[in-house]
Amino acid sequence: MNDYHGSAAGPSSGSGDGSAPRRNSKRPKYSKFTQQELPACKPILTPRWVISVLTLVGVVFVPIGVASLMASNNVVEIVDRYDAKCIPGNMSSDKVGYIQDDTIDKSCIRTLTVPKDMDQPIYVYYQLDNFYQNHRRYVKSRNDAQLRDSEQADKTSGCDPEKNARDGSPIVPCGLIAWSLFNDTYSFALSGKILTVNKKDISWKSDRDHKFGKDVFPRNFQNGTLKGGATLNPNIPLSDQEDLIVWMRTAALPTFRKLYGRIEQDLKANDTITVTLKNNYNTYSFNGKKKLVLSTSSWLGGKNDFIGIAYLTVGGLCFFLATAFTVVYLVKPRKLGDPSYLSWNRNPSGH
Amino acid sequence: MGREEEEEVEEAIMDGTTTSQKQDEGPCHPTPPSSHLPKPISDPPLATRPDPLSLSSSRHHRRRSSVPHVSIDSPDPTVRHGSRNESERFASSQRELADAVARLVFVGDPGSTDPRLKLPGNSVRTAKYSPLTFLPRNLFEQFHRLAYIYFLVIAILNQLPQFAVFGRGASILPLAIVLLVTAVKDAYEDWRRHRADRIENNRVSSVLDPHAAQFLSKRWKDVRVGEVLKVLADESIPCDMVLLATSDPTGVAYVQTTNLDGESNLKTRYAKQETTSRPPDEAHPVAAGLIRCERPNRNIYGFLGNMEVDGKRVSLGPSNIILRGCELKNTAWVIGVAVYTGSETKVMLNSSGAPSKRSRLETQMNRETLLLSGILIALCLVVSICNGIWMGNHKGDLEFAQFFRKRDYSDSDDKNYNYYGIGMEVFFAFLMSVIVFQIMIPISLYISMELVRLGQAFFMIGDTNLYDESSNSRFQCRALNINEDLGQIKYVFSDKTGTLTENKMEFQCATIGGIDYSGGKVASHDNGKEHSILDCADQIWKLKMSVKTDPELVMLLRSKCETEQGKRAREFFLALACCNTIVPLVVGTSDPNENLIDYQGESPDEQALVYAAASYGFVLIERTSGHIVIDVLGDRQRFSVLGLHEFDSDRKRMSVIIGCPDNTVKLFVKGADSSMFGIIEKTIDLGIIRETETNLHAYSSLGLRTLVVGVRELSRNEFEEWKHAYENASTALIGRGRLLRALATNIERDLHILGASGIEDKLQQGVPEAIESIRQAGIKVWVLTGDKQETAISIGFSCKLLTSDMAQIVINSNSRDSCKKSLQDAVARYAIISPSHGDSVTSTARAKVPLALIIDGTSLVYVLETELEEELFKVATVCDVVLCCRVAPLQKAGIVALIKNRTDDMTLAIGDGANDVSMIQMADVGIGISGQEGRQAVMASDFAMGQFRFLVPLLFVHGHWNYQRMAYMILYNFYRNSVFVFILFWYVLYTAYSLTTAITEWSSVLYSVIYTALPTIVVGILDKDLSRKTLIKYPQLYMSGQQNEKYNLRLFMLTMIDSVWQSVAIFYIPYLAYRHSTVDGSSLGDLSTLAVVILVNIHLAMDVFRWNWITHASIWGCIVATVICVIVIDSIWMLPGCWAIFHIMRTGLFWLCLLGIVVAGMLPRFIMKALTEYFMPSDIQIARELEKLQRLNATATTEIPMSTFSQP
Repeated sequence: MNDYHGSAAGPSSGSGDGSAPRRNSKRPKYSKFTQQELPACKPILTPRWVISVLTLVGVVFVPIGVASLMASNNVVEIVDRYDAKCIPGNMSSDKVGYIQDDTIDKSCIRTLTVPKDMDQPIYVYYQLDNFYQNHRRYVKSRNDAQLRDSEQADKTSGCDPEKNARDGSPIVPCGLIAWSLFNDTYSFALSGKILTVNKKDISWKSDRDHKFGKDVFPRNFQNGTLKGGATLNPNIPLSDQEDLIVWMRTAALPTFRKLYGRIEQDLKANDTITVTLKNNYNTYSFNGKKKLVLSTSSWLGGKNDFIGIAYLTVGGLCFFLATAFTVVYLVKPRKLGDPSYLSWNRNPSGH
Repeated sequence: MGREEEEEVEEAIMDGTTTSQKQDEGPCHPTPPSSHLPKPISDPPLATRPDPLSLSSSRHHRRRSSVPHVSIDSPDPTVRHGSRNESERFASSQRELADAVARLVFVGDPGSTDPRLKLPGNSVRTAKYSPLTFLPRNLFEQFHRLAYIYFLVIAILNQLPQFAVFGRGASILPLAIVLLVTAVKDAYEDWRRHRADRIENNRVSSVLDPHAAQFLSKRWKDVRVGEVLKVLADESIPCDMVLLATSDPTGVAYVQTTNLDGESNLKTRYAKQETTSRPPDEAHPVAAGLIRCERPNRNIYGFLGNMEVDGKRVSLGPSNIILRGCELKNTAWVIGVAVYTGSETKVMLNSSGAPSKRSRLETQMNRETLLLSGILIALCLVVSICNGIWMGNHKGDLEFAQFFRKRDYSDSDDKNYNYYGIGMEVFFAFLMSVIVFQIMIPISLYISMELVRLGQAFFMIGDTNLYDESSNSRFQCRALNINEDLGQIKYVFSDKTGTLTENKMEFQCATIGGIDYSGGKVASHDNGKEHSILDCADQIWKLKMSVKTDPELVMLLRSKCETEQGKRAREFFLALACCNTIVPLVVGTSDPNENLIDYQGESPDEQALVYAAASYGFVLIERTSGHIVIDVLGDRQRFSVLGLHEFDSDRKRMSVIIGCPDNTVKLFVKGADSSMFGIIEKTIDLGIIRETETNLHAYSSLGLRTLVVGVRELSRNEFEEWKHAYENASTALIGRGRLLRALATNIERDLHILGASGIEDKLQQGVPEAIESIRQAGIKVWVLTGDKQETAISIGFSCKLLTSDMAQIVINSNSRDSCKKSLQDAVARYAIISPSHGDSVTSTARAKVPLALIIDGTSLVYVLETELEEELFKVATVCDVVLCCRVAPLQKAGIVALIKNRTDDMTLAIGDGANDVSMIQMADVGIGISGQEGRQAVMASDFAMGQFRFLVPLLFVHGHWNYQRMAYMILYNFYRNSVFVFILFWYVLYTAYSLTTAITEWSSVLYSVIYTALPTIVVGILDKDLSRKTLIKYPQLYMSGQQNEKYNLRLFMLTMIDSVWQSVAIFYIPYLAYRHSTVDGSSLGDLSTLAVVILVNIHLAMDVFRWNWITHASIWGCIVATVICVIVIDSIWMLPGCWAIFHIMRTGLFWLCLLGIVVAGMLPRFIMKALTEYFMPSDIQIARELEKLQRLNATATTEIPMSTFSQP
């Protein structure tokens, strides 16, 4: 089709027979690009390359692995699961009834022993197990516009089923996430003396500054039939409700920790810490565990041996492979680029 | 092609003939109203040129062409492929144009012709869309692709609130991008067509205005059927029109049909004598003419109609019509009436779009796509079933679980919130998981493949090695979707004439009276020059081309003594000079005293013969419809052409009846030896006949094309009888063609043999070398030719197809039984057992003796489409070389189908002529040679190029690259998308199967269209495993494509296993590292996003063969772009995950995870690659090493033997 036009479009396109003048030559212009001859590097996996790469990986990985393991070992962590233990014996058959009964005092006292010296800051976390903060129904049930801007308080789309109060006015903050705000509280005492927990700066600064408005105050919060968790002081702007901000950063996995506060004081080995906690939060209805975690931190974060082990394993494996390849190359050498290995040279009758 | 259409010549021409002729006629026919003489019609005597459109047009148009669908060379009229149509053919030629099926054209009166403006105007429209219809039509066309429907359904599904996995915009985006890119591409192409249409439609022609009674300018688009147009020299013809008058008093016009069929020589067209005398002009705006012609059809060589002038009915044939797209040459002006306009012109009916074929790789890809769908469904089932089980287990808990909140307490009535029972939830989970995992089927792959093919086509077109200097033609990619098939060809079917050979005929030798004159080869240049110069009237007339002459023959011709042999020789050359349809054109040169004679004709054989005759002193100087002027050895003589029986495929000869100056009437016949020896008077000259046959055989075995020339002197009675019969026949309304043929057969008998000519059909440059390397590459070359067996075999030897150590199996039978017997003999003799999977015994036996099968068209009649086909297939596939001679066009297609239907091997057909069209369309890849013969082959082809030898760089270099690139790209795209899906899947297992994704929806959407799209396209266009030099040096490297080495189920499986492993690394390393930590979903998602993008790009980087700056830029640039995208997404305050990337990037664990993922993810692949490349190197790998080491050594070790391929 195009050809037809190309030649018939106008008499100026030339008669096209062999005697056409040279200027009409359709010879493609030569350039390194159009002839696919751009200068290029052609790497080949030679034995030397393979062995060097593997050795290099080993050399890099093993030290990192060792360092990670050491860092992880230096972290001191106290984990105390209290959800079952904080239920009085007479209520253990009806945990849900216990937790839902507002008339019962939920106080509970736990005693923790520090296994090793812990340098400040000591992070206080609560850990929930089996709590699917990443469940589709849950994770979507929020409205970030509302949290940020007081003008947009009635933007509650996506917040079902915690959207509007009975009178139709919007709930701020709306949605399941805010509604289910964790409400256990902890207070610590070291040999009778109160250990202060600093709850400032436990959330991301970016969230405080930009995501949660300084002029947005809670409204209609936890006014429904079913209370999901903590109530919020309606006189404090959202940007200062750091527990909420921490909670609203939904966890990636069903077992997660949330920062509760920091103890800015060194602890000695064998110190005994008394924790008075209010066991308010209902995880009993879905068999969720609740744990209190006190942990120091390293450059790698909390206590986790995995990354160290993984690096050591991979590094070791690479060293092993490098050796194995060296041996194999020595035992069964092949001259690179030897034409006699070409299939038609190996069995000339083949084709 | 309507050869039965005859042409009437006006009396004026007869009057212009020699007086002697006139006197001869006088007594018998005092005043004949008009003599009916046949006219040469546009067909060469030997070149196989059947109806090129018969294949495609047969279904749509009634068959009226007299040209059989069998080869002209085919000796047996009952050739199987054609025989079915035989009766129909005759029937249709007898059919008169009934008014119901005819178009009535009132000459000069468009109003009566087309009163209700129902006929299309002359504006052409090649553009597909208008601005208004673009959107719906383009979308409609795009959605023909099944995959798009799939994505559309998913996007629609996602709009339902229950399934809203992604935001509405996000779910539409990938499909929208793909549709948009394609739409923009289509729109641009269409815009270009619009522009071309506009230019074409607004060209100006002069049209006779009946009211103003003068020729006025009118735009092409306004021309209507019935209008009378005037076209001047060198102008293009605006529409198909019937000639009424020309500047030549005899009504001759010359047109060049380059744009129509690519033939650059001039063709003669005639105006009817009834109209030339009194054409409609300023004085008579409306002629009293009525043209009745057939409905528009695609046959550019056919036209059937008649014209009523002054109450007389005059028949019109293809030589009376000039077609749109042609150019008027050597004629001052013509006047004609438009009969077909615009979209109904033959050129427009023929301009079908590029053929659409599907590549092998794409077909195979569909199999893997199905597998991927299976995996997708399996994943979705796992998720939905687990979801159901989880909900079953937690049935009681869900009411109060804060993260689920089954009940909606906001109203007093106790209803469920967004919960429809476990069954429905499972169902929803299934559909949602389809939405989440949708990119398992890579939508971007389709658009990437298209872009990559465009890029590949760009490089193929731009390759200077595929540019043909002699015809000034570049490589053409007409089909854009089978580039990669070029890398998998197993069979090449080649036409001979014009493909292997140049189709530039050169007269080599002649046998006259049984004596061989082949000394021309040693003739000096001076000798040739002497004969090409001709002195007449102070002017030097020179031949455009001279032929080396045999001195002995020259002496014989010049000698005055009247020997029998001398007379015979003179008559022989006289026959060559007059028995043809060549038109001599006198062209001025820079020297005013020097003119150049250029013989224009449609058959290169005839041209060669006329040049030869001229070189020997019989110079054809002038040809009109009634007479010719020949300079016989310096003496100008006028011969009247009394009759001409054109060439047809049944007779395979042509003849002229010449009235000589000495008042004798002679019949000269020239034709193929098989047809000529039957009509030669056997009783006399027996020795000469025998000698001639011997010489002919010798010529044939040299690879020369032969023609036998005979003569008979007609007695007056005989001539008058013939003339009478001829007049009757040519005015007959029914069966005119058959009558004329019978007449010709009747008079062409009892000939005296004069001699025979040998014409060399020169091999194209580089053909033997090309064939040799193609065969080294494991490609089987089959040559299919219309030539006879000896010629075919000799060409086979000269192009190194056949070698002396080959055992030849010749099948040359006249009956079914003998065919069967020869096939069975061959099977028995060469122990052929099974075609493709021959056991070791046969394969070793085969290795010892290379076999060549030579089979002719007659035998094929008994073989093709019978149970013998299987037998032939067995024999043919074990043969190294197959030569089919004397095959008809449809038989060519039949042979291609023989292989195509029985094996999975890819077939390629290459040809240049209209007779190759069926074969080109049948083969997986069709290549047209844009050379001497018409454009029909090119129009039907997928690729077109100038020379046969370009097949080597095309297949070995571009084909190999294309295949390798495309195969890798498909596998890589599957891998890339499945890695991503598996990561999503692993995460879903930790979200109570609720299909949450850690990766933000925007990243999931952008992943395949932005994050990872560019590098694979760049690599798909630019990467090359081996250099051009190496690929040409080692043709065997081509076999990797034939054996599907780069794309097969095993590779696919390995790739999928690798992708599972990599996804495990990407998900589980962070999972284990961040378990029991405060990490939030978005941070984990950002880590996965970056990890997967880096990993898949490193994966690609590891497989890149050649790193040039573009590759570097695209791969590293893509990673950078991804980081930027992630940062941008995380800077949007409205999204829940904002700022996560900045938080996580500040921790050491993030970087350790990233590094760990990349190393752990790539390690298995790296080890596998190192092991296979070292211990099980493929040929390609070794060649790569060779290439690299040679360059390092910097010693230009070996010269490339096939330097001819790289030299244009």
